[in-house]
Amino acid sequence: MKRLYLITLLIASLVAACSGVQPASHSDSLTVMTHDSFEVSADLVSTFEQANNVKLVFLKSGDAGAALNKAILSKDAPLADVFYGVDNTFLSRALAADIFEPYNSSDLKTIPAEFQLDQGNNLLPVDYGDVCINFDKAYFFEHNLPVPQTLEDLLKPDYKGLLVMENPATSSPGLAFLLATIAHFGKENYLDYWQGLSSNGLVVVGDWSTAYYTNFSASSGHGSQPLVVSYASSPAAEVIYAETKLTEAPTGSLTGPGNCFRQIEFVGILKGTQQRQLAEKFVDFMLGVQFQQDMPLQMFVYPVNPQAKLPPEFVQYAQVSEQPANLTPSDIASHRDDWIAAWTDVVLH
Amino acid sequence: MRRFLPWLGASIFLVVFFFYPLLRILWLGLDWSGLEGNWDQVARLAGTTLWFTFYQAILSTLLTLLVGLPGAYLFAHYDFAGKKLVKALTAVPFMLPTVVVAAGFNALLGSRGWVNVVLMNLFHLETAPILFVNTMSAILLAHVFYNTTIVLRLVGNAWMRLDPRLGQAARMLGSKPGEVFWKVSLPLLRPAILAAGLLVFLFDFTSFGVILLLGGPHFATLEVEIFIQSMQMLNLPVAALLSILQLLCTLVFSVLYSRVVGRVNVPSTPFMNPMRKVNTWPARIFVSGMLILLISLFILPMAALPLRSFASLDPAMGQRTVFTAHLTLDYYRELFINRSGSLFYVPPIQALVNSLSYAGMTVLISLALGFPVASALVRPGRVERALDPFLMLPLGASAVTLGLGYIISFNQSPLNFLTSSWLVPLAHSTIALPFVIRSLQPALAAIPDDYRKAAAVLGAPPLRAWFAVNWPLVGRATLAAGTFAFTVSLGEFGATSILARPESPTLPLAIYRFLSQPGGLNYGQAMAMASLLMLVATLAILLIERMRLPGSGSF
Repeated sequence: MKRLYLITLLIASLVAACSGVQPASHSDSLTVMTHDSFEVSADLVSTFEQANNVKLVFLKSGDAGAALNKAILSKDAPLADVFYGVDNTFLSRALAADIFEPYNSSDLKTIPAEFQLDQGNNLLPVDYGDVCINFDKAYFFEHNLPVPQTLEDLLKPDYKGLLVMENPATSSPGLAFLLATIAHFGKENYLDYWQGLSSNGLVVVGDWSTAYYTNFSASSGHGSQPLVVSYASSPAAEVIYAETKLTEAPTGSLTGPGNCFRQIEFVGILKGTQQRQLAEKFVDFMLGVQFQQDMPLQMFVYPVNPQAKLPPEFVQYAQVSEQPANLTPSDIASHRDDWIAAWTDVVLH
Repeated sequence: MRRFLPWLGASIFLVVFFFYPLLRILWLGLDWSGLEGNWDQVARLAGTTLWFTFYQAILSTLLTLLVGLPGAYLFAHYDFAGKKLVKALTAVPFMLPTVVVAAGFNALLGSRGWVNVVLMNLFHLETAPILFVNTMSAILLAHVFYNTTIVLRLVGNAWMRLDPRLGQAARMLGSKPGEVFWKVSLPLLRPAILAAGLLVFLFDFTSFGVILLLGGPHFATLEVEIFIQSMQMLNLPVAALLSILQLLCTLVFSVLYSRVVGRVNVPSTPFMNPMRKVNTWPARIFVSGMLILLISLFILPMAALPLRSFASLDPAMGQRTVFTAHLTLDYYRELFINRSGSLFYVPPIQALVNSLSYAGMTVLISLALGFPVASALVRPGRVERALDPFLMLPLGASAVTLGLGYIISFNQSPLNFLTSSWLVPLAHSTIALPFVIRSLQPALAAIPDDYRKAAAVLGAPPLRAWFAVNWPLVGRATLAAGTFAFTVSLGEFGATSILARPESPTLPLAIYRFLSQPGGLNYGQAMAMASLLMLVATLAILLIERMRLPGSGSF
């Protein structure tokens, strides 16, 4: 019995010892904290590493909210030098937490002013994407039903039970769609709209994967709703990742005026970094043409740098909202919780 | 002092990797000033959520026992063809991430699932007769699907070891078989049933993925609400309050459990109960009935995924209602190609190796720490009685809260191992440890002291007596404990997604990555990866159960 216990202790201390062994934090490594959806070409990263003689370490830390939360919680001993993935719905919260250092990158000159939401340049825009309703082309063709064009159309009895969306309390596209309706109908009237949608058979699920792959009829899950809240770029992904080569996207996006909400994602240098110069170089790298051209096919988002050329699949199949709904980050920050709570009361209870 | 010795390893481990990070995050979150003014609202939220959490957990646990207990009897008493495979397959759900399970249930019971399609064709119905997704039944069924294996294994093992002479004696004294069951077997099985019940209950009580993905947005347990408050609303005070509530409940259940179980020593036998052949009509009906139930509950929902991973469902040109399904290996082939040249692409074999090595380390760590504690708990003194309930707390801690705790606790020296690859198996071990202890303890407690004394009288030194007498009796339980640790680690998603390095993801993480981008190939690859996970899980369990620990298989 005793010997067994000694073995146990030995193993335990071995474990403890091993876990203490660290990849020593080299002075020539740069840590980038980001969310789960971050993707980048391996080639680009090694080009940057070679040019700057640095090792890039990526820390993926859950979805956008979770990653930001971790950055805020660890601000006394920052886990990374750069943070990528704050979007405009979290922008004010992130700035209020005071975790970023300003950086006036010279690349900002080329980026349109509409994306530069932080005048202090703590957070610099990198990419944007529109959250819009996607529709199943074949369903509407087969049922001889016109594709809805506006948010108001969705209240018609023809479209009863055809729309699935994500819960705004647990999913960022769900929240973005709620924000689009608030911008479109106004803070006084948006709940009436949701009341209407709710009685017209709106289906709400917990997350994007369920909505898209379980409920949406045009996806591989072959669900029962031909309308889903997703991204304007999703049709392009359907073509690129099709099972057999397609010449036309099986889905489309409702990109009419006021139908969509534009998510803009930002990058910032974390306060307390020991690698300020390298961090600046990495931010410039993200805003530069090469990285900006890489993003569309990696993350299915649009570059903010107008000099970046879009890949042909994007030009052909992805759509951009004509007039995305507009709410200021500070407006979103101060009302976000109330809006979600009010929506929950009307739609879920 | 000697009394504390067995607790040393596990205590240090739990203090460093559980209590310390947990207390730090709760301390940080508890900002009462942030709560002032909306106490009413918070209390209402906590009240309704707590009520629902209890309600669904109690119902789920009862249903799980309802399926699990006859199942445990089946596996403990009957021999039939394919028994090992069926038993292994019932453990596979435990290892599947919720996204995959949701897809499986949907393929079976969704509005366009097989069952509905068959019913619609049979009765010429316009709409699907069964509404499953986003209902309370989906939550209950998924919980039964996930957790029955706990009852099958814990109670089944105890039942197998039950001394048959007790029942025989009762029969000789004139009891009917029914009476023997109610008056002899059931009371003797009580510790195992309670231990299994507690574990199942805690799993249901802290349920997250099932509620979110299968229950839908109309239902929220404490764990779901903690996630919403901390990750989406960034409202740490409320999240901390709910986490404490959840922990307190767990502590109360564990204390109650320790009180109820108390010091029960169940006499057991070193002889395996002889397995019965299925040769009478009542036995045939029971065995085939149970098998139909188990197969439709556990195997059908899982079968949908491998089927889908080999089938390409493309619409015939221009006709979307007509699908031509053909067999394909494309999805599996695609797994080996890094089509977009992504930095984070991981070959499936690598993900598999990551998963298996994390699981292997979890088994080693949790067995090494759990064995001494479980042995000490057999003859509990004051120390044991006081510390016992705390062992169960990791099962009741919110994974979200603990994950955040890790972030703020392990990011600076001397505890700077946020980037260490050990963090994942260590986190898995905090969850596996209660399982290991709970499945070892009844087995260790069941060893009659007489045997060891007899060996001592015959001149065996204590260590030799232990290896000659105790070890053979606990060999099987050690395997069961190891299997639990293995399955906990292989299927864990919440903590892994927070702690694993992006370049070394596990299989569940890789599956999730495919399911977060649109496109048929991504979906197909997720199905292929899920099938791979199922295959590995089944093989691993078959292998573990076939394994005979040295010295334990001699009779």
